[in-house]
Amino acid sequence: MKRERSRCAFLLGALALVLPLAAGSAVAARAPEGKPGAVGKVRTASAEEKQFAVPTPPFTPGIFPCSECHKEMKPNPTRRELKDEHTNIVLNHAQGQRWCLDCHDISNRDKLHLVSGEKIGFDESYRLCGQCHGDKYRDWKVGVHGKRTGMWNGEKQYLLCVHCHNPHDPRFKPLAPLPPPTRPENVK
Amino acid sequence: MSNQESRATPAFRMSRRKMMKGVAAVLGALALPEKDAPASVWESFFQKHFREMSKPELEKVLARLEKEYSEKYRKAVKVRATPPIEGVLYGYGLDLSRCIGCRRCVYACVQENNQSRDPQIHYIRVLQLNKERGVDLEEAEHYYNPSKVPEKGHFYMPVQCHQCENPPCTKVCPVQATWKERDGIVVVDYNWCIGCRYCMAACPYGARHFNWKKPGLPAAEMNPETHYLGNRPRPVGVVEKCTYCIQRVRNTPGRYTACVEICPVGARKFGNLLDPESEIRYIIENKRVFILKEDLNTRPKFYYFYAT
Repeated sequence: MKRERSRCAFLLGALALVLPLAAGSAVAARAPEGKPGAVGKVRTASAEEKQFAVPTPPFTPGIFPCSECHKEMKPNPTRRELKDEHTNIVLNHAQGQRWCLDCHDISNRDKLHLVSGEKIGFDESYRLCGQCHGDKYRDWKVGVHGKRTGMWNGEKQYLLCVHCHNPHDPRFKPLAPLPPPTRPENVK
Repeated sequence: MSNQESRATPAFRMSRRKMMKGVAAVLGALALPEKDAPASVWESFFQKHFREMSKPELEKVLARLEKEYSEKYRKAVKVRATPPIEGVLYGYGLDLSRCIGCRRCVYACVQENNQSRDPQIHYIRVLQLNKERGVDLEEAEHYYNPSKVPEKGHFYMPVQCHQCENPPCTKVCPVQATWKERDGIVVVDYNWCIGCRYCMAACPYGARHFNWKKPGLPAAEMNPETHYLGNRPRPVGVVEKCTYCIQRVRNTPGRYTACVEICPVGARKFGNLLDPESEIRYIIENKRVFILKEDLNTRPKFYYFYAT
């Protein structure tokens, strides 16, 4: 009895902690951890999608946090071609209908946002991708789409969508194949 | 004078039977290790079949092999004989709509499983097929070598051991050196294999490979984490095959196979068929799955599927 009550109290406490975090999206609760571009460090995503241990997103070195540069700039919500910065990004991903601020948040550059307006970290970007690619998201969650490594009967490690697909140009790029086997007539 | 021996005293005569006995004995003696051969050679000569060894016998054999390999490759080699995990039946999935034919899996497998580099032995063969023809093995090409893959109009189908539930290869082995384990992996006892290659003739997937020469395995590239029935160094004259990386998958927790880990597109899936939560079960229940050469009733546990 006593143990049960204490467990109840613990759960309530945990709920009380989690609720304001989930609701108060204005507060940047967690500072982005880890060095940009350092893939391999496992961390757990938000409380909602706790089961996915993903490595840190593959940022271009020196580019994150985005707010470093953007804090001085006035946000400009008009759709335009970027001339001064980010010129290397060529959007080849529903380019007619889409542009930067559909995914990147205008008020907090270190976050992405969902259609619902919920702000999410870059380490949860699969939720953003999943909004349009629901079937792939469903497959990814069960480990069918995308690479899943680790233990077949233990802890598994997922990759984010962006580890394989460039979000601005998602088509998987062709690779050079490794050498073919020796033909039997060439075996000595 | 000297030739006084008459026909009455019998000369030294040998019957044909005695003669043949003698020949057999000499030939038999020749097959034995040399008189001053090291003790380990004698021990391996009289080693029992893997499944007939008692635990202490097996431990002795493993210790002997570890010593032998450690000396040969100049590093601490571990030879385990981890038994199957209860309640596990391994299954493999391969997403044909993802595979791009880059052959990363082929070489990861060679490295993990200590295959011979020269002469070359590959457990995985990646077939290039024509999209218009579909899975038409007559048209398959596995020596393709363009600068970039995937090539237009083609798809790729890696083939390796399918770990059949009804394996034809194990039935034809005259000495029972190959058999199916409880977790579904078909294994070979290299010390028991006589190299008759009946199993290669019986396998409809071309998944077995014979060591015609002493395997060329550079000491620096040798993977020291080995399993008796898996990737331990092979002698010349034995058949070997894919064992779903038995040295990795039989641990608790067990790692994925080397080919699953390397695949850059995540086309390869692996798991326990008896676990309803595993990805392989999800694939079989929700995707379009087929097995290769279904009509032969080999019942492979290697499932090709299309995830899209």
